[in-house]
Amino acid sequence: MAEEDFDAIVVGAGPAGSACAYTLAKAGKNVLLLERGDSAGAKNVSGGRLYTYALELVEPGLTRRAPLQRRIVREQIMLLSEGQATTIDHQEYGRPAQSYSVIRATLDEWFAGEVEAQGASVVPGMRVDGLLEENGRIVGIKVGEDEMRAGIVVAADGVNSLLGQQAGLFPDVPGRAVGVGVKETIELPSAVINQRFGVGDGEGAARVAIGCTEGISGGGFLYTNQDSISLGIVFNPEQAARNGRQIQEIFQDFKLHPAIAALIEGGTSREYGAHLVPEIGLHGVPGRLYRDGLLVVGDAAQFGINTGMIIRGMDLALVSGLAAARAILQDGDPGPAYMAQLEELMLLPNLRAYAEFHGIFGISRIFKEYPDLANEALRFLFNVDGQVPPPMLKQLNAIVKSKVSYGQLAKDAWKGYRSV
Amino acid sequence: MSIKRLSPEELLALDRFAVDEGNPHILVDKAICARCAERPCLVVCPARCYQMKDDQMHFEYAGCLECGTCRVMCADKGVTQWNYPRATFGVTYRES
Repeated sequence: MAEEDFDAIVVGAGPAGSACAYTLAKAGKNVLLLERGDSAGAKNVSGGRLYTYALELVEPGLTRRAPLQRRIVREQIMLLSEGQATTIDHQEYGRPAQSYSVIRATLDEWFAGEVEAQGASVVPGMRVDGLLEENGRIVGIKVGEDEMRAGIVVAADGVNSLLGQQAGLFPDVPGRAVGVGVKETIELPSAVINQRFGVGDGEGAARVAIGCTEGISGGGFLYTNQDSISLGIVFNPEQAARNGRQIQEIFQDFKLHPAIAALIEGGTSREYGAHLVPEIGLHGVPGRLYRDGLLVVGDAAQFGINTGMIIRGMDLALVSGLAAARAILQDGDPGPAYMAQLEELMLLPNLRAYAEFHGIFGISRIFKEYPDLANEALRFLFNVDGQVPPPMLKQLNAIVKSKVSYGQLAKDAWKGYRSV
Repeated sequence: MSIKRLSPEELLALDRFAVDEGNPHILVDKAICARCAERPCLVVCPARCYQMKDDQMHFEYAGCLECGTCRVMCADKGVTQWNYPRATFGVTYRES
């Protein structure tokens, strides 16, 4: 057997890959972390919110060192209709922060720097072209004509994980299992963001929106960064294809909705990004996440949780990277040890807790009829024009019936109940 | 500057690309696309890389955002090869 160049080669310097490489290097392992972007984060797009318990799991105190944007203190849900908006705004005063808005180019580059400081070799600007396999075991990677060998390879190569596919662990991810996200980063002065969102310095808001997708399963998001706004929509690509209108057009409508435009007015569009997101949680996770010599972590393993209100990916990526590193550091077979660590670190139990939640997104009326219903009802309840109003219950009943039948309503309620 | 509707071209103009001239990372077989009834790529590609012109599929890889949506959604497998751009090429995000 040829000599190994490294104890471990980690492919992809996103949160999963860096968490893994960081933990391994800290334990004294000889680690190579490869990244296809010119720098870590250069190819990455996220909505942008990170739940920071995961950084603390990797190493207590890491959150304080990380280049985070704003501490999320306001949680907002928006129901949009044409010319109308209803916003629910929740804040728990004095609650310790659980999440921060992030910009990946900054965050990932910082983390890769931390990995390097732990003694790992971090090489950006390198695309891994394939895996090296000998006698049924993954023994390294190929970059062009070059081969590099390692005791174990960790595929942290993202939602499209070409390496996991090449290893035969899973087929192409199906369209129903992912969302396609588009996002504009819009620069705004920090003081303007503070004022518009009613937050102090360093504090921010996170907002999800439904009713902005032409009925396509999906929703809008808005995160306040230090001096920019991350605004975007995630669509179910199969329904978007059937809908027939280009997704960036629908996104631009959302951006110009009066309720959104007022928040970003005066801003300057700085960047446009797109990315796939694992959307169906546990049911999207491949049956096998390892084989001899290979572990699959992060988006590559399709780890994601979306309840409509909570959208998690980066935290699960960090935890899975840590799980892989701990498995590698143990004696014995890393594959089963990785799965055991995913249990112990509560990643898989978390996915199980939300396993059926994506069923909610099968209720198509959530994305148009119900936001419209809420807005119409509130419009009626707030309306004063000097005329004699119709009887309240009768009118509300008429509004409900104009959007949905009671049979559909009962069906949807049952489906929603079963999903949660 | 005030907020305005941006076309796909204007959106892509915000980004920084290094185009690997003459070396597309995604290969499209137009003959297959010509027979494809669904063509979801025309709608779901966030960069609008896929467009029909004179009844022919035109694919422009220069503005590709490397998201993989076409790979996942391609109905008749007209996308015959999907890879990331070679190192140092493609999109570079700085503020996402």
